Amino acid sequence: MKLVEQVLKGDKRAVAKLISMVEDDDPGATEALASVYPKTGKAHVVGFTGPPGVGKSSLINRLVREFRSRGKKVGVVAVDPTSPFTGGAVLGDRIRMADTGTDPGVFIRSMATRGHAGGLALATFDAVKVLDAFGMDIVFVETVGAGQSEVEVASRAHTTVVVQMPQSGDAVQVLKAGILEIGDVYVVNKTDLGGADVMATNLQFMMDEKEGWRAPVAKTSALEGKGIPELADAIERHHKHLRSGPLWERRESDRARKELLESMRRLLAETFSEKGAGEAFESNVKSIVARRIDPRTAAANLLHDLPRSG
Amino acid sequence: MFHPEELKAVEERLRAWEGTTLRDSLKKQPEWRGDFVTTSSGPIRRLYTPLDVGTKSYNERLGMPGEYPYTRGIHPTMYRGRLWTMRMFAGYGDAADTNRRFKYLIEHGETGLSVAFDMPTLYGYDTDAPEAKGEFGTCGVAVSSLRDMEILFDGIDVANVSTSMTINSPASILWAKYLAMAEEHGIPWTKLRGTIQNDILKEYQAQKEWIFPPEPSMRLVVDTFEFGSKHVPQWNTISISGYHIREAGATAGQELAFTLANGFEYVRWGLERGLKIDEFAPRLSFFFNAHNDLFEEIAKYRAARRIWAREMKETFGSRNPRSWLLRFHSQTAGVSLTAQQPEVNIVRTAIQALAAVLGGTQSLHTNSYDEAYQVPAEKAVRIALRTQQILAHESGVANTVDPLGGSYFVEALTDHMEEEAYQYFDRIEALGGVIPAIRKGFFQQEIANSAYRYQKEIEDKERTIVGVNEFVVDEPAAVEPLRVTTEAYQRQLGRLRRIRKDRDPKKHARAIEALRKACEGDENTMPRILDAVRAHATLGEICDAMRVVFGVWEEPLLY
Amino acid sequence: MPKKIRVLIAKPGLDGHDRGAKVVARALRDAGMEVIYTGLRQTPEDIVEAAIQEDVDAIGLSCLSGAHMALFPGVVKLLKKRGAGDIVVAGGGIIPDEDIPKLKKAGIQAVFGPGTPLTEIVQFFRNAAK
Repeated sequence: MKLVEQVLKGDKRAVAKLISMVEDDDPGATEALASVYPKTGKAHVVGFTGPPGVGKSSLINRLVREFRSRGKKVGVVAVDPTSPFTGGAVLGDRIRMADTGTDPGVFIRSMATRGHAGGLALATFDAVKVLDAFGMDIVFVETVGAGQSEVEVASRAHTTVVVQMPQSGDAVQVLKAGILEIGDVYVVNKTDLGGADVMATNLQFMMDEKEGWRAPVAKTSALEGKGIPELADAIERHHKHLRSGPLWERRESDRARKELLESMRRLLAETFSEKGAGEAFESNVKSIVARRIDPRTAAANLLHDLPRSG
Repeated sequence: MFHPEELKAVEERLRAWEGTTLRDSLKKQPEWRGDFVTTSSGPIRRLYTPLDVGTKSYNERLGMPGEYPYTRGIHPTMYRGRLWTMRMFAGYGDAADTNRRFKYLIEHGETGLSVAFDMPTLYGYDTDAPEAKGEFGTCGVAVSSLRDMEILFDGIDVANVSTSMTINSPASILWAKYLAMAEEHGIPWTKLRGTIQNDILKEYQAQKEWIFPPEPSMRLVVDTFEFGSKHVPQWNTISISGYHIREAGATAGQELAFTLANGFEYVRWGLERGLKIDEFAPRLSFFFNAHNDLFEEIAKYRAARRIWAREMKETFGSRNPRSWLLRFHSQTAGVSLTAQQPEVNIVRTAIQALAAVLGGTQSLHTNSYDEAYQVPAEKAVRIALRTQQILAHESGVANTVDPLGGSYFVEALTDHMEEEAYQYFDRIEALGGVIPAIRKGFFQQEIANSAYRYQKEIEDKERTIVGVNEFVVDEPAAVEPLRVTTEAYQRQLGRLRRIRKDRDPKKHARAIEALRKACEGDENTMPRILDAVRAHATLGEICDAMRVVFGVWEEPLLY
Repeated sequence: MPKKIRVLIAKPGLDGHDRGAKVVARALRDAGMEVIYTGLRQTPEDIVEAAIQEDVDAIGLSCLSGAHMALFPGVVKLLKKRGAGDIVVAGGGIIPDEDIPKLKKAGIQAVFGPGTPLTEIVQFFRNAAK
């Protein structure tokens, strides 16, 4: 496929167009992803999660520069929420990465969630695949930060970076449930505000060793550019850790499993929908209202009657 | 201000009126809209009566002009003693172009100077910097060097006229150039009168002409307070501004609150430095917008005076009455000018200027009718100046102090604006103060929300803008173009080349190095900046040295 | 689902007056579009690179300092050079009437001066995406 060829040749415009194709689920998107897929598997996918306002974008900007100085090609997929009322979005993470945007070894793509719950867009990791095939050594994925972003990104990225900032008050506030289990690297950003040491120490104290890895806690100030090389080191160390033993295979296997399941569900949802069920859907609705049948039985019947695809 | 018995009688009368005369009138002719609101979308009632003023004390709430709490004005005689300064903001092209415009304005009766700088200068770049490409002289004058400053004021008696410079991030540097220029002319600094805007907080909030992050920028500002109080005692080292906050979309209430909150923050930083409040507070000045809603603006100015006086006296404990005085310059609202039927802007400006005068401004700039297209042409700016002269000499509004004092409406509105301001003060404090709130994007978000709401009101035709969404004509605008010339640009580049070639390179290098060291330490930067200026360091060179030490600010994103 | 329209809103040059750019960004969002707002102080290179990576349908440029003639045409030229000449470019801000034909000749498809209704701007970008 021509577009894919151009991507593999290094044409940035083609990369952008391919990502759009996948995002819009254009005809040919599946075929394009199929051609691209064999070329993926090299990039280190690093997900960033943490509450809005904690400085993820600024931190990613600093890391992009740091990894560039280490000779790596860097991709970024930054996700922002789509308005549930208007369907539109203002994608503003790129602002914080303005000075890296023109570097030929950097590709930044802003993406809207387009109604998908959780902190990512449906096409996020497909875009990551394109960047992987394009030749990026490391791809950062920045989540919206609200809701269940952490869980979603942790299941799809190789390394999950959880970004926090110093809380007001002395004790570590009750962090969101699950957050202490999900991160591979923790960051306390905005050290310029003070209170970071206490928080970092407390976080470190709570870390357990998991699969031979105890998550480090980095202290950074994206604003002042402090702590960035140390954070980059931690990310690279985790990558090495994954690659060194059976963990990489296991993670890849987990990712593949989740992705297959998701693709199946998606396909199913498209076929097994109001549209897919045709007239039978409406007649079932009437029956349910009339108490002739209950919703669960109706659904099972519809599934049973679903035409098999050839 | 009213006796309870009287108020009771008024209330009875009001209720009766509502039940009879008013009711009958509304039946025959309902009001033509459901809600009447100010430019800031604040509700305005049909009628204000003594009940709105109530039993509040005249002496406490209003007092006498020239006495605490200054609600009615900061001088006992106000314009009968001296008219406000007619100070027209001007600048374009190179220093010679602007020098001509200054002289034109003085010839036509302006009584104070005000300098508008171009984008590169505002951001600390010389005309030949790559960032300055295409931006020379388009919205103000380019001043890269001491020589530019000399040419800018050539033939103007700076010992006897006050000069205001609208410059923020590099304010200390431009001030140093002005001081060095005066020095060359043998004018002692103690004689110099003027203002540097130097209000960096509002840059982060609204105008966005920042260079360095907040903390080093505040340090530079306090350096000027300190230096000014010792060496240039008649100079206002800051003009704490609401104008830009308003232009960016804020309501009048937000303009008032954010400006005063910034003011208090500057006071805190001065005190933190160890300065005595009564040594620097008298030289803090203000700059407000004069926007469309006549009465809202007047109330805003009066509330500002009362709040500042109270806080400076009660909260900050200053003893010198001159610390309690809120002195302000006003400018009519640029954002209200339309590109459609531009001559009509003359009317807008006149009404806005009226508000500023009725509100007791010390100094006033009136916009020209062509400013939705360009920097003003001569004829347009002359009309703007004449507008002030009509107000001063023909309208009669300057004949008495605070003519609207006692108006039930204006007093109620003044009190309301005061309350609203204090609510904002509480919110800002809850966020940790002005600078933390800036980092959290609080002001920026409030401003963007107000801007959007205002625009929606226009789109939905809830708010009429004459010539824009109503009373529209399909006519090209007759605006005489004003262009920056390539000759001016070449002159500027040539000057910069010559200066860099002719100066003593050792002296220059030493001065820049000493400045850099000063920035790293905590001595007052002004003397080192002055040395660098005297060594003919350019604006860009000085700022670059500072950028290395202080870093550069990145704004939090909000829209 | 109808295709999402992607627009880049940019402030080239030094001008920091972003009230209009932000209001337009919000209006486009409210009209269901995905808006990438670049922020302040963008060079033509920054803008074009962003437009390409984000695969936008159109770009909106805002300048109130009078430097539009120096800044806007450069964006169009660079887009063409990078093979992205199909991206539509519009401009807004403080622009004298006489400069409008010059900008159009340089490839700026529309100039939205002060007082332009947001509905007009939204419609323009809707059409640009087709």
